[in-house]
Amino acid sequence: MSATLNVFESRGLGRALETAGAWVLGFLWVLPLLYAFWTAFHPAEFSARFALSAPLTLENFVSAWHAAPFARYFLNTVLMVTMVLAAQLVLTTLAAYAFARFEFPGRNVLFALVLVQLMVMPDVLIVENYRTMTVIGLKDTILGIGLPYMASAFGIFLLRQTFKGVPRELDEAARVEGCTPLQVLWKVYVPLARPTYLAYALVSVSYHWNNFLWPLIITNSVEARPVTVGLQVFSATDQGIDWSIITAGTLLTTAPLLIAFLLFQRQFVQSFMRAGIR
Amino acid sequence: MLDRCIRGGLAALFAAAIGWVPTLAWGQTKNATEVSFYYPVAVGGPITKIVDGLAADFEKENPGIKLKPIYSGSYQDSITKALTAAKSGEPPVTSILLSTDMYTLIDEDAIQPYDDLIKTPEDKAWLKSFYPAFMENSQTGGKTWGIPFQRSTIVLYYNKEMFKEAGLDPNRPPATWKEMTEYAQKLTKRDASGKVTQWGVQIPSSGFPYWLFQGLAIENGATLMNAAGTQTFYDKPEVVGALQYWVDLVNKYKVHPEGIVDWGATPKDFFEKKVAMVWTTTGNLTSMRNNAKFDFGVAMLPSGKQRGSPTGGGNFYLFKKSTPAQREAAFKFIKWVTQPSRAAQWGIDTGYVAVRADAWETPAMKQYVAGFPPALVARDQLPYAKAELSTHDNQRVTKALNDGLQAALTGTKTPEQAMKDAQAQSERILRTYRR
Amino acid sequence: MYGWLLLLPAMALLALFTHYPAIANLWHSFLATPKGERPAGFVGLENYEQLVEDPIFWQALSNNLWYAVGTIPVSIAIALLMAVWVNDRIPGRGLLRLAYFTPTVLPMIAVANIWLFFYTPEYGLLEQFTGAFGMPSHNWLGSKSTALPALMIVTIWKEAGFFMIFYLAALQSMSPHLADAAAMEGASRWYFFRRVTFPLLMPTTLFVLVNAVINAFRLVDHVVVMTRGGPDNATELLLYYIYEIGFRFWDSAYAAALTMVLLAILGLCALAQFFFLERRVHYQ
Repeated sequence: MSATLNVFESRGLGRALETAGAWVLGFLWVLPLLYAFWTAFHPAEFSARFALSAPLTLENFVSAWHAAPFARYFLNTVLMVTMVLAAQLVLTTLAAYAFARFEFPGRNVLFALVLVQLMVMPDVLIVENYRTMTVIGLKDTILGIGLPYMASAFGIFLLRQTFKGVPRELDEAARVEGCTPLQVLWKVYVPLARPTYLAYALVSVSYHWNNFLWPLIITNSVEARPVTVGLQVFSATDQGIDWSIITAGTLLTTAPLLIAFLLFQRQFVQSFMRAGIR
Repeated sequence: MLDRCIRGGLAALFAAAIGWVPTLAWGQTKNATEVSFYYPVAVGGPITKIVDGLAADFEKENPGIKLKPIYSGSYQDSITKALTAAKSGEPPVTSILLSTDMYTLIDEDAIQPYDDLIKTPEDKAWLKSFYPAFMENSQTGGKTWGIPFQRSTIVLYYNKEMFKEAGLDPNRPPATWKEMTEYAQKLTKRDASGKVTQWGVQIPSSGFPYWLFQGLAIENGATLMNAAGTQTFYDKPEVVGALQYWVDLVNKYKVHPEGIVDWGATPKDFFEKKVAMVWTTTGNLTSMRNNAKFDFGVAMLPSGKQRGSPTGGGNFYLFKKSTPAQREAAFKFIKWVTQPSRAAQWGIDTGYVAVRADAWETPAMKQYVAGFPPALVARDQLPYAKAELSTHDNQRVTKALNDGLQAALTGTKTPEQAMKDAQAQSERILRTYRR
Repeated sequence: MYGWLLLLPAMALLALFTHYPAIANLWHSFLATPKGERPAGFVGLENYEQLVEDPIFWQALSNNLWYAVGTIPVSIAIALLMAVWVNDRIPGRGLLRLAYFTPTVLPMIAVANIWLFFYTPEYGLLEQFTGAFGMPSHNWLGSKSTALPALMIVTIWKEAGFFMIFYLAALQSMSPHLADAAAMEGASRWYFFRRVTFPLLMPTTLFVLVNAVINAFRLVDHVVVMTRGGPDNATELLLYYIYEIGFRFWDSAYAAALTMVLLAILGLCALAQFFFLERRVHYQ
């Protein structure tokens, strides 16, 4: 981060205006979250009225918690996200290593095929993937939600770039010491790619925690439903909308990710930036 | 740190993969017959708790049966989930789904009729005890495919205090279309700049506008479909006339909000005193009672050429691929939950119309009605109630109507054009079912 | 040999869930939907004929294209602006960065409910705001002309912060000497931005653009919650239509044909990206 004032930064009135603009935008950006907090902590009469003297209550959270098995939903989501991330780390590391350091016939063609998935994500192939899952028999399971995503083209792409940036000398030095290629991978490449792994892990976790359409289609029962589908089922009411309970439910489901983000936001942002996209 | 992460990750992967298997097995209890069923929640109130309570009570009286209620969201979500499960070879044993989904479920070969199970004289009497209006969407081809459980009609809720303010008699709700228009004109308030602060009447048009529209259509003397579910009549003059009246409320009389009115927000609009009269399901009655902080009344829908309302709500369906034991168990549960006392209690707890006449004679119901007369309105409307729109490929055919209604209400098409296009779409879809 | 083995698990899964479905989808789009007892049969181009005659499909396609045009440039521009602001050491920038990035970590399905309230007529937040200024009431989600723009705003709100981070990374990796040198030559701030900063940000912009395009076709959660495709198909997006056809009407063959269109669009984008990427690679 630059320590000196950028020579082009505005001063005086210009700076004041820019600051004001930035702050207004920031306020607008958190407004929905602020509203959610307001409504969730106040009784239903105040969901549209913003009287400052309104009493605070935890009732909404209690009702929301009892209205749907959120504990189970959380468990499912955590299991799913962990499973997917673990598999992704393993698979993408192996694949990226192969692309970065090995010569084999058809390498470019295969890499192009991998890149296809960057554009054509499993999300758009819901109809066919659903059929495949039926045949395999993984419908309505947590593994079924995660399986299409485990080979991540984005991960392979990122890691391949990172691996390519590792100096060959380190690789050769390890070989000279008698390491097998896998040992070289483990001892040399993986530690050096740590920032990339972190960045990728954060992207993956937040993507899969928030994923909705595919889990909606593939899961049917409470035992497999992740938190996003649970929230939608809970708030998809033909009944009247009760904003207080819905926002309470919303906060419940987003709390873990939000808290993690607030605590680790420095790492979040830094790792994105460090991994960078060249 | 990272290799610990990787190791931990792999461990989690294995754990999850292994954990998945017992989770699947956990669902099967060895000794009891398990009856799973999907149920939607379409009205306000702690329905999930009530259903769980019912399940617990039933299991106490029938120790050999284990009930597994699965909450599946809205009616739309529920039919999707039930069919998904059926197509994957693991259907629920029974489910509460829209009465109008009957043809779709039959076409998808997902359900079986009840007639084989109804053998004893008591069972036959039980079947006869349901209101005929509700049976219209439950039987076809001489067989019974659904048992009414949570059924409703549309009713008119009105704010008595606003009536008084406008100089109207709070105990005389509008009885005809003309009266509704007049009342609404008196009840619509505007502020100094001409912006409306209080609407006269509001009929929701999001999600499933066809249901609300059917009220207007029946009142104008129209039928939307034939009994076999193979033909619709969207472009008949009476249907167009009903739509024209709705559009006029918005554009000509200006007593109804513009654009699409959200179904979910309508009760809240009523509580927030943004509107004086609303059309919505009687199933919201208990929720209205709990949340409206003012004196309100409930009335039958006004008559155009006649009184009328579509029925609504869900039936119990019996799915194929269940074992005979499960089928018997499910049937037992369905009979148990539709006993007069239980049907009455369900009606009291939710606001749905108790589905059989003798339920209204039970002491609990009599007491409830004495303390809260509006509960009778939906029942008294039943003689005027007609079957809800239901055809083959129901979702698609109703979507055609929904789109047309929304087009007319947002002003992009005239009612005539909108209904003509809707009928054309529907014809395309239903043609194949008439061969 | 060794390389192949390393690659095998990843490739296998990719093939199973990306490549195979794409091809199988093409095959299934030439069959008819099985219904109950009647099995699927070859019907050639019938599904595509149905597609061409279907006004809702054309509406969905047009909606999606407008949606892409409406959200992509705006969210990228706002992201760039945010990055510049946060990079420029505006007071409170740590908090600002947090504020801008927060929408990204929240699930769309959750925030859509909140936005639903914002857009509610009569007493929704937007209504209260415009009412305070004496502006007339408007049914944002319930009117055909404003429903899609309303959804676009939700998307822009959600995506801009995510893109900001990438721009921030790129800006911070820029050498400050460039700015000093340009200032010494008498360049204005805007000139510097236009001639130096923006071109140097091209790789980032390209990356962000690709992401934005994919998301414009992939993210339909807010449609599910807020409008369900209404009013009268004004917010019907392509993937949402596929979902409706495939999983509410159970017309799997028609859904396959629709998916082919979506794949074709994404394929075109991939090709375009590939060509630009080629040029970028030479650049370095």
